[in-house]
Amino acid sequence: MSQEIALLTVFVLSVFTGVEVISKVSSTLHTPLMSGANAIHGVILVGAVIVAGQAETTGALVVGLVAVVLATVNMVGGFVVTDRMLEMFRSPQRTQKKEQHGG
Amino acid sequence: MAEVALAAAAEGASAGLPGWVQLGYLVAAICFIVALKGLSSPRTARRGNLLGAAGAVLACAITFVAYDVDNLALILLAVAVGTVGGVYGARRVQMTQMPQLVALFNGVGGGAAALVALLELEELSALSEPGLVALMATAFTVLVGAVSFSGSLVTFAKLQELMTTRPVVFTGLPVLFAVAILAGLALSVVLVVEPTNLVGIVLGVVGLALGLLLVLPVGGADVPIVISLLNAFTGLTVAAGGYVLGNTLLLVAGTLVGAAGTFLTKLMADAMGRSLFNTLFGALKGGSTLGATQASDRPVRSAAAADVAILLGYAQRVIVVPGYGLAVAQAQHTLRDLVDVLLSRDVRVDYAIHPVAGRMPGHMNVLLAEAQVPYEQLKEMDDVNGEFKQADVVLVVGANDVVNPAARTSPGAPIYGMPILNADQARQIVFLKRSMRPGFAGIENELLFDPKTTLLFGDARDSLSKLLASVRNL
Repeated sequence: MSQEIALLTVFVLSVFTGVEVISKVSSTLHTPLMSGANAIHGVILVGAVIVAGQAETTGALVVGLVAVVLATVNMVGGFVVTDRMLEMFRSPQRTQKKEQHGG
Repeated sequence: MAEVALAAAAEGASAGLPGWVQLGYLVAAICFIVALKGLSSPRTARRGNLLGAAGAVLACAITFVAYDVDNLALILLAVAVGTVGGVYGARRVQMTQMPQLVALFNGVGGGAAALVALLELEELSALSEPGLVALMATAFTVLVGAVSFSGSLVTFAKLQELMTTRPVVFTGLPVLFAVAILAGLALSVVLVVEPTNLVGIVLGVVGLALGLLLVLPVGGADVPIVISLLNAFTGLTVAAGGYVLGNTLLLVAGTLVGAAGTFLTKLMADAMGRSLFNTLFGALKGGSTLGATQASDRPVRSAAAADVAILLGYAQRVIVVPGYGLAVAQAQHTLRDLVDVLLSRDVRVDYAIHPVAGRMPGHMNVLLAEAQVPYEQLKEMDDVNGEFKQADVVLVVGANDVVNPAARTSPGAPIYGMPILNADQARQIVFLKRSMRPGFAGIENELLFDPKTTLLFGDARDSLSKLLASVRNL
């Protein structure tokens, strides 16, 4: 039971943290932020590797490997494409002008 | 400080794994939190993203070492295949196609989560007493992961224009949707009581159907909001998957994205003046079927490039309203050249950027940044809206819905209530348009028929090149 309570605590605190960290985003960055958040949930790759690594039947292994491929596309592609977008946001005038409060 | 409390709690939760593994996951989780924080400010965004990537790589490396991973060669091969695919897609995509690529990446992530949960179900069903919460989390992951997968593929198809961008509504759709939701809930209960593979697979299929039914009735202009919502869904499925696996990192990362994504969805819906409910279900009420797909044959005033060049070249104040059509024609660079020539003639020129210009909030900023338009020339809607009254000419390039006064005046229109750029207050308005086809939202724009409006027909790049040549010759 204490394990479940601990996980619940993690969940609830993560909700608040998730909202808190992006609450001051400007609309300029909505697209890269969405793309970056998208890449972060690609970490389901960890889960895919775990289940594929424990697969006992060929069927389970195949499903697990498909999950690994899909999760990797999500994670790697997501971070690369976000970086490509953000690469274009880096002129010096720009960064000074768009400085956020409390960043 | 929520971050510190979270970090402390996360440390206690992954019982059963060696301490160094838990610490490594904790470091990865902190990377993700700092990454999201960084992504919300332009100064730190790129660093934030790289930090997130570092956290993800660390988490995967730890997993390979800490867990007993069989079939290592095959799994590494699968990772290699996914990496090549992801990098290829990410490098090849044009900036205009960014929204659909994000949708696609999100969809495969949701699909992966659903498959992971299906495999965990097999493990759980082998236990004599699988935990109730774990089974509920499994059902959630399978169902919502499948919704995210199929829903994202439909948004991809809509944005890539593989299918119509207009809302797809047919008789019985609301009933079918309700039936699918009830079936999903009922099967979830069955799965908790009777955890078998078959129930899991059927639940996944119902989820796929539900995703289709959820996104089909959404009109093209609202699709970005749906991508953001599905992104949040995938985050939550990853969190639930983390619970099932007893993996704190997945729980933290998924929940962060779920919460941030939900909040972001709300921000976007607010920027478009739409409620989330209306976005998803507006078409079912018959609200957005007003639109015209046919080109109108009402009279408009059109002009040649040379005439428009005179308007622009002798103006004192010009505001450019760029839209998605500009990017489709790959005309950002030509536009920048035209603006530079006007600036050299001492014309004051600004770009007015609507929050949802392009196809996703912030999309136009990305597109213009690609063409190296100086940041100071980009004005956000709230800053520029008061200045249209002083503008001699507003040059609307490939935009339509974001200057459509119907958003203020026609309560029945699908874009009613969306904040728009006050282009109609300028002395002259020039539209560069390919044809009289309505915009993405599928509604006619009264501003095109305004006596102050001049249209210059043609591909945006051709028209801008001609304008550029003509202004240079003035």
